[in-house]
Amino acid sequence: MATQHSRSAARLMMAPAVILLLGWMLIPLTMTLYFSFKKYLPLRGGDLGWVGFDNYVRFVSSSSFWPAVATTLIIVGGVLFITLILGVLLALLLDQPMWGQGVVRILVIAPFFVMPTVSGLVWKNMFMDSNNGFLAHLWRAFGAEPVQWLSQASLPSLIMIISWQWLPFATLILLTAIQSLDSEQLEASEMDGANWLNRFGFIILPHLARAITVVVLIQTIFLLSIFAEIFVTTAGAFGTKTLTYLIYQRVLESQNVGLGSAGGVYAIILANIVAIFLMRIVGKNLDA
Amino acid sequence: MARAVTNRRKTINTIAAWTIGLLIFFPILWIIVLSFKSEGDAIKTPLQVLGSAWTLESYFVVQERSDYFKHFFNSVTIAVGSTLLGILIAVPAAWSMAFVPSKRTRDILMWMLSTKMLPAVGVLYPIYLLFIRLGLLDTTFGLVIVLMLINLPIIVWMLYTYFREIPGEILEAARMDGANLRAELLYVLTPMAVPGIASTILLNVILAWNEAFWTLNLTAAKAAPLTAFIASYSSPEGLFYAKLSAASVMAIAPILIMGWFSQKQLVRGLTFGAVK
Amino acid sequence: MHIRNALRAATAVTLLIGAAASAETITIATVNNGDMIRMQGYTDDFTAKTGHEVEWVTLEENVLRQRVTTDITTKGGAFDIMTIGMYETPIWGANGWLVPLNDLSAEYDAADILPAMAGGLSHDGTLYAAPFYGESSMIMYRTDLMEKAGLEMPDAPTWTFIREAAAAMTDRDNDINGICLRGKAGWGEGGALITAMSNSFGARWFDMDWNAQFDTQPWKDTLEFFVGMMNESGPAGYATNGFNENLSLFQQGKCGMWIDATVAASFVTNPEDSTVADKVGFALAPDNGLGKRANWLWAWALAIPAGTQKAEAAKAFIEWATSKEYIELVAANEGWANVPPGARISLYENPNYQAVPFAKMTLQSILSADPNNSTVEPSPYVGVQFAAIPEFAGIATDVSQEFSAVYAGQQTVDEALAKAQALTNDAMEAAGYR
Repeated sequence: MATQHSRSAARLMMAPAVILLLGWMLIPLTMTLYFSFKKYLPLRGGDLGWVGFDNYVRFVSSSSFWPAVATTLIIVGGVLFITLILGVLLALLLDQPMWGQGVVRILVIAPFFVMPTVSGLVWKNMFMDSNNGFLAHLWRAFGAEPVQWLSQASLPSLIMIISWQWLPFATLILLTAIQSLDSEQLEASEMDGANWLNRFGFIILPHLARAITVVVLIQTIFLLSIFAEIFVTTAGAFGTKTLTYLIYQRVLESQNVGLGSAGGVYAIILANIVAIFLMRIVGKNLDA
Repeated sequence: MARAVTNRRKTINTIAAWTIGLLIFFPILWIIVLSFKSEGDAIKTPLQVLGSAWTLESYFVVQERSDYFKHFFNSVTIAVGSTLLGILIAVPAAWSMAFVPSKRTRDILMWMLSTKMLPAVGVLYPIYLLFIRLGLLDTTFGLVIVLMLINLPIIVWMLYTYFREIPGEILEAARMDGANLRAELLYVLTPMAVPGIASTILLNVILAWNEAFWTLNLTAAKAAPLTAFIASYSSPEGLFYAKLSAASVMAIAPILIMGWFSQKQLVRGLTFGAVK
Repeated sequence: MHIRNALRAATAVTLLIGAAASAETITIATVNNGDMIRMQGYTDDFTAKTGHEVEWVTLEENVLRQRVTTDITTKGGAFDIMTIGMYETPIWGANGWLVPLNDLSAEYDAADILPAMAGGLSHDGTLYAAPFYGESSMIMYRTDLMEKAGLEMPDAPTWTFIREAAAAMTDRDNDINGICLRGKAGWGEGGALITAMSNSFGARWFDMDWNAQFDTQPWKDTLEFFVGMMNESGPAGYATNGFNENLSLFQQGKCGMWIDATVAASFVTNPEDSTVADKVGFALAPDNGLGKRANWLWAWALAIPAGTQKAEAAKAFIEWATSKEYIELVAANEGWANVPPGARISLYENPNYQAVPFAKMTLQSILSADPNNSTVEPSPYVGVQFAAIPEFAGIATDVSQEFSAVYAGQQTVDEALAKAQALTNDAMEAAGYR
C-alpha cells in the first residue's frame, strides 16, 4: 500500500535516471532536428544557412533510400527468424540431460562475448575470403568452386554473421524460461499420451511466449542500429546498405551533416514504427 | 521426481549437443589456432595449418607494436565504470517502479528503451562538439558517461523485472517493524536483489566491453580501449591473419573468461522478467 | 673563478630546465601500413634526438579517415600530427585547417621533395603536408609466365597488349589468372583503379561545368573493357579484391600481371613473403594511344592540424620522419628495398637505391602522373584517381559500389553507369555546384 510519502519518494528516486535519459535523448535529438533543416557541410565551412525541408526531400528521393529501408527490415527480420527458431531448438536440447552440459553451454554462449568488429573481421577474412578463407578451403577440398560469400550472397552472409552473434543471447533467455517449466506438468501430459509435438505446441511454446517477446524486443533494438558488422565486411556494397549505414555515408563519407541528420530523423521514425508494431503484436505478453 | 532417462537417449543428446556446440564455437577456436601460427602458414589449407609449427611470434609482435595493457585497462575502466555508475542510478529508479508503480510506469520503461533506437552515427557531430566543449574528448570519464547512458535503459529494465519478483509482503512486514526507507533498501531488499543485480552487471559489462562506435570515435591515444587496439590490425598491407587472430584473441579473452566463470549466473539471471 | 663556475652551473641548470620544459608528448594518428609500423619502431631515435615523446594512434585506413576528418572539421584537437593523403591535404589546406610547412629548416632541404608530390600536397603553392612515402601505379608481371606465353613486355604497353597477354598467360587448370586488378568497392580501392584507367580511355569525372560524365562513350568503353578482360583472365570473385587480396594472390603465384601501387613492388620481391620474388618484372601502366596512362599518384603525408599547442614538437617530428637521415637509418637497418619510397629526389639519385630492381620504374611512373592535367579532355578538378573536392569521397564510394555490382554480375554496365550518372549529379547539386 503506497502512501503519499512513498509516492513522492519514488518520484525522487526515479528522477536521476529519467532526467539523464531525457537529456541524452533531447540534446542530440534537438541538435539533429536543428541540423536537418540546415545546409551544413563541415568541409565547406560548416553552417551555410537554413534550407527548409530540402534535406528531407533529398534523402528520400535518393535511389538508395528505399533499398536501404528494405535491407534494414530484411536483416532484422532474418536474424530474428533464425535466432528464434534455432534458439528454441537449442534451448530444448540443452535442457536435456547429457554429459558435459556445463561445457556445452559455455561453447554455445561464447559468440556473445565477441566484439562485433572482431566477429565481422574474422568471418570476412578467415572464413569467407574466397582465396584463403576456411570455407573456400573446405569447398575446394570437396572439389567445388569456392562461394563468393560477401558479393554473391551478401545479405544471407551478413545475416548469418549477425545471427551467430545473437544466437547465444536468444538461447540463454529461452533456456532460462524452459528451465522454469514445471516438469510435473510435462510428465502428466506425457502419461496422458500426448506426443512430442503436442507437448511442444500446447505446453512449452505458450510458456515461452514471454521469453520470445523479450528476445524479439531486445534484439530488434540492437539490430536496427547495426553498423560495425557491415562496416568491416562489405562497407555497404552489394545491397547491404542499411538505413544506419546510409546515414553514416551521408555524414562521414560525404560530409553532409544536414542530409545525414534528416536521415537520422527518418531512422527514428522507422524505429518508432517498428516499436509500435512490436508492441501491438507482442507487447501484451509483457504484462501480467 | 526425476524423469527416467535411458542411457541411450542421454548419449544421443550428448552427441547432438556437443556437435552443435563445437560448430558454434569453431570460429573462435580457429582464430585461437591461427594466432599461434606464422603469417605464411596461416593462409594455408586447414590441414596444412594444423600440421605447421606452433609459434608465439604473433603475440610478441602485437605486444611490441601496441601497448596491450594500456588498452586493456582502459576497457576495464570503461566497462566496469559505466556499469557501476549505471547501477547506482538505476537501482532507485527500478525500485520505485517495481514497488510504487503508477499508471505511467510501463510507458516510462518503454520510452527509456526507445532512446536506444537513436542511430549513433547520426549524432556523432553533435556529441563530438559537446565533448570538445566539456573537455571530455579522449578521457575514460567521458566514455564512462556515454556508455552508462547507452546502457541505462537496459539496466533499469532488468533491475525492474528482478525487483518485481520480490514479494511485497516482505516490505510490509519490514515497515510494520518500523524500518525506514533506508533500512528497507539496505537490509531487506538488497540481499534479495543481489542475484539480479549481479546478472545485470554481467550483461552490461559485456555490452560496454563490446561497444565499438563511441569508444573508437571519442578517443585518441589516452583513453583508447581494446576496440581501437583491434582497428590497428584489420587489413593492413600484406599478410595479417596471424596478427589479426592474436590481437582478436587478446581483445576477447578477458571478457570470454569472465563470461565462462559466470555462465551459471548468466544462464539463471538473464530473464528480463520473462519467467514467472 | 668561483663566479665563473657558478655562472656555468646556472647556465647548465637553465638549459636543463629549458630542455625539460620544451620536451612534449605529441599524439600522432597514422595508418597501419608497413612503412608506418616501421616508423613506430624507430620512435626512440626521435626521442633521443629531440627529447619529445610520441603517442601513436594506429588505425586501419577507413577508420583513420573517419576519425581524423571528424576531428579536423570540429577542431577537436585530439591529434598533433595526422597522416593524410593527397586527397585531403589541398582541401584542408584551403580551409586553413593545417599549419603551413613553408618554414622547414635548411638541413631538411624541402626542395629535395619530388615536385609531383610537393605539388599534390600544396594549396596555392604552400606545402601543407610532408610526404612520408609516395606512390604511383605500375604493372608488375611474372617474367617466367610471360616467357612461357611467348611474349615480351614492352616498357610502355597498351591496353590491347595487356588484354592479349592476360589471355595468353591464363591457365585455369593451374590456378593462374592472367591479370589481377582491384574490383573492391571504395573510392580508394577499386574506385582508384577504374578512375585512373578511365583517364587512359579518354574519360573524365566532370566536364568544365561540373556535370557528371558517366553517360559518355569513354566511360562505357572503360567499364566494358575492364569487365571483358577480367571475365576472360581475372580471378573468380574479383569484385571483392582490393590491394591486399591481389597482393596475396600475386605472392602465391596466382597472377600473371597485377597493376597496382608501386609500393607493392617491395612486397612481391621480398622472398620471405613471396613465392615468386625472383620472377617479377615491372612496366609502366598501360595506355590507349590517347596520351594518358592508367597510373595514379598518391602520397601518405604528415600534417599538423592548426590550433595544436605543440606545433613546434610536431614540426620537429615531421622533419625527422620525412628526412634524408630517416631514409638512411632504415636503409642501414633493413636494407635499401625497405626505405619509404617516392618522396625525395635524392633517393633516386643514390646509387645504392638505383640498384633496387623497382626503383627506376617507380620513379618513371611517378613522373608520368600529373594531378593538374590528368584527363584527355579538360577537367575542372585536381587529382589523377580522384577529384580533390570535399564531395568526392562520398560520391566515388557510391559509384564504385555500383561498379562492383557489375563485376559481381549483379547488374549491367549500362545500368551501373546510369545510376552513377544520376547519383553524382544529385550529390553535386546538393553541394551547390550545379
